[in-house]
Amino acid sequence: MQVILKVFRYNPEKDKKPHYDTFKLDAEPTERILDLLELVKGHNDGTLSFRRSCAHGVCGSDAMRINGVNKLACKSLVKDFGEKITVEPILGLPVIKDLIVDMKPFFDNFKKVKPYFINDDPPPEKERFQSREDRERFDDTTKCILCAACTTSCPSFWASEEYLGPAAIVNAHRFIFDSRDQGAGERLKILNDVMGVSRCHTVFNCTVACPREIQITKAIGEVKKALMTGDLE
Amino acid sequence: MKTHQFEIIVVGAGGAGLMAGLYASRTANTAVISKLYPTRSHTGAAQGGVGAALGSSEEDHPEWHTYDTVKGSDYLGDQDAIEFMCEEAVDAVYELEPMGLPFDRTPDGKISQRPFGGHTNNITGKPVRRACHAADRTGHMILQTLYQQCIKNDVTFFDEFEVIDLLLNNGKATGIVAIEIATGEIHVFHAKAIIMATGGHGRIWEITSNAYAYTGDGVAIALRRGVPAEDMEFFQFHPTGIYKLGILITEGVRGEGGVLINGKGERFMERYAPTVKDLASRDIISRAIYLEVRDGNGINGKNYMYLDVRPETVNHYAAIDGRKRPDGKPYVVTGEEILSKLPDIVDFCRVYLGVDPITQPMPIQPTAHYAMGGIPTNKFGEVKANEKGKIIPGLYAAGECACVSVHGANRLGTNSLLDIIVFGKHAGLKAAEYVKGVDFQPLPDDPTAFTRQQLDAFKHGDGTENAFDISNEMKKVMFDDMGIFRTQKGMQAALDKVRELKERMKHVKIQDTGKIFNMDLFNTWEISNLLDLAEVTTVSALARTESRGGHSREDYPDRDDKKWLKHTFASMDEKGKITLKYQPVTITRFQPKTRVY
Repeated sequence: MQVILKVFRYNPEKDKKPHYDTFKLDAEPTERILDLLELVKGHNDGTLSFRRSCAHGVCGSDAMRINGVNKLACKSLVKDFGEKITVEPILGLPVIKDLIVDMKPFFDNFKKVKPYFINDDPPPEKERFQSREDRERFDDTTKCILCAACTTSCPSFWASEEYLGPAAIVNAHRFIFDSRDQGAGERLKILNDVMGVSRCHTVFNCTVACPREIQITKAIGEVKKALMTGDLE
Repeated sequence: MKTHQFEIIVVGAGGAGLMAGLYASRTANTAVISKLYPTRSHTGAAQGGVGAALGSSEEDHPEWHTYDTVKGSDYLGDQDAIEFMCEEAVDAVYELEPMGLPFDRTPDGKISQRPFGGHTNNITGKPVRRACHAADRTGHMILQTLYQQCIKNDVTFFDEFEVIDLLLNNGKATGIVAIEIATGEIHVFHAKAIIMATGGHGRIWEITSNAYAYTGDGVAIALRRGVPAEDMEFFQFHPTGIYKLGILITEGVRGEGGVLINGKGERFMERYAPTVKDLASRDIISRAIYLEVRDGNGINGKNYMYLDVRPETVNHYAAIDGRKRPDGKPYVVTGEEILSKLPDIVDFCRVYLGVDPITQPMPIQPTAHYAMGGIPTNKFGEVKANEKGKIIPGLYAAGECACVSVHGANRLGTNSLLDIIVFGKHAGLKAAEYVKGVDFQPLPDDPTAFTRQQLDAFKHGDGTENAFDISNEMKKVMFDDMGIFRTQKGMQAALDKVRELKERMKHVKIQDTGKIFNMDLFNTWEISNLLDLAEVTTVSALARTESRGGHSREDYPDRDDKKWLKHTFASMDEKGKITLKYQPVTITRFQPKTRVY
């Protein structure tokens, strides 16, 4: 099929402001949007810049707005977007070049929630036991690939990049509800900050945007509930 | 130009690099440099599990794991290193768990394990549960957990720095040169020790499970500085990649009871591996698929097979095999169980194929997956300068870019995640020990000269060639002629083509002349890495007149231990001429014998 691919372009070394380039391409309906970008870069314009690595939705490099919606370019097929496809950088983070944004504010927020296992007891000789139910409790939030599709779809984050954002809260949730972890108190204190979970107004954009289908709004709700009740069940 | 000084520089931030960084930084001033943000590394794509003889739910021993790995390697693996890895495996996994790694659990709360190809109970010969898993995203969990630990321990990172060159002086490692991708600025990292952990190079082949980033940078950089590449002719084709796309479908699918079915509806692996059937090792299954296709037994006569994990299929064949649960009850699964154990696989199939594996079989074909070969090291990650085993002081390598060799001619599933945690750790520890006893060596004069020379070449070509097309031509010829089965004629054709493409690369001119995120420049340079490694792979393969593991020749169908029980050491001189030398395989306990599954 014939596809008209419209791509957001901005080269800080040349352009005063962003513009769009349009490419007419032959594409298979089952091709990935990433395949189209590679084709344009290979044949039409070698200067087109974007991040990519695994090309099957697990590394989190290529989150972008495709027809206005946050997606991974490698997990989005042409047939789901039709003949006119517009590709733009994710919102709320500074654009560096073309589809590449500055991820630093995003990762800084991630690091603020102590996204690592905390348990100061001496480790047992073998493994710490954990029941299947306890393991299942936080399974959903272990799927996060830090692609930023959720955080950059959130109006509260657009309003202030100081807001920790859904991805950071998801990663806090992953530890708060891990029965082996002892850092819930410290993390909940951070999440109780004015730039923490209270900024979430349950718009659900994040849940829709997540390419890993994590129930993000639900996870944020569970963190809010834990803050109110102290209940980590 | 900016210059930095660290005692240890780790290049690459996948599992091996992060493990090395974690351990090295405990006692030495260490930085980890990566062209990707660490969590984008390809470790995150590993699915099925990490192998260790924990014996969570049935009898198992590190010795059995050792034997299986030696046999899986088609006797090319060095047995001292394999024994070391399999013994370290148990502690290594018990070390990951207290880092918070969310392994799946057995009903009694222990780390859950599943069967995987080539891993057996050495008494019965039947598959054993040895793969410690976290759903079908074990690599993701390992990568995330290690990165989390690095944050906790305040490890220094240089993210999105493309490493272009390795600096040696007086035969010792003294630093690396990298470009900061965001600015285009050149950085020299002066160090006492360098640990290469740059991953694989599967992007040489057309159909691959490998990430775009898997361009063999570390091996190519080292080759250009005179470091040999070991056993490059051995590259693994995983039997189950998604048809046409190559995306990996974990062996864990077969561990959970999935079977391979041909166009006649036969479970054809019964004929090729009567004891373990669909859980034979990967080289054997990939060859079986190729032969079935050649005999006209592909699905609809085409070049693919079905991988069937529908509950009714699993239960049918589990009953025939007499498979039991650990508690002795017959093995019976439901669709919900399949979904909970293989959620990502189900997701990939739905997204890319429009197929629901719970109700439909998955179309699969072999996909280029894993480099057994790479930078030669001993079991401490110390890099060998030559086939005599001389060490390059201060240079280490670990993970897929290294060749210890524990995988020999064919790697067993789950042994790659094991490799990165065991050898990443030991390379980190060994380097940290080394730097305490030595001073910084001076940097060579004009340390960035070779980096500038390599990159500038792509700015000054005459522009009559296109790197994207060159790359595609390489992938096609390598997949057609340097794939699962090889012949003298085919390999020679591949070599001629690769050499032609290398010449044509000299005419490439990149379009992007800027400094900021010049992906045109880096991606073009990466293609030159792939071409060098494609050439070394083909030259090494042409010389080896036998079939062993991943190197299978129609003109030399048998393994030849008299002549070829040895490792290839390929070197490239300044003019690009490749020389081959050989090192004997280390054999301790297991004499080579015929490999039957």
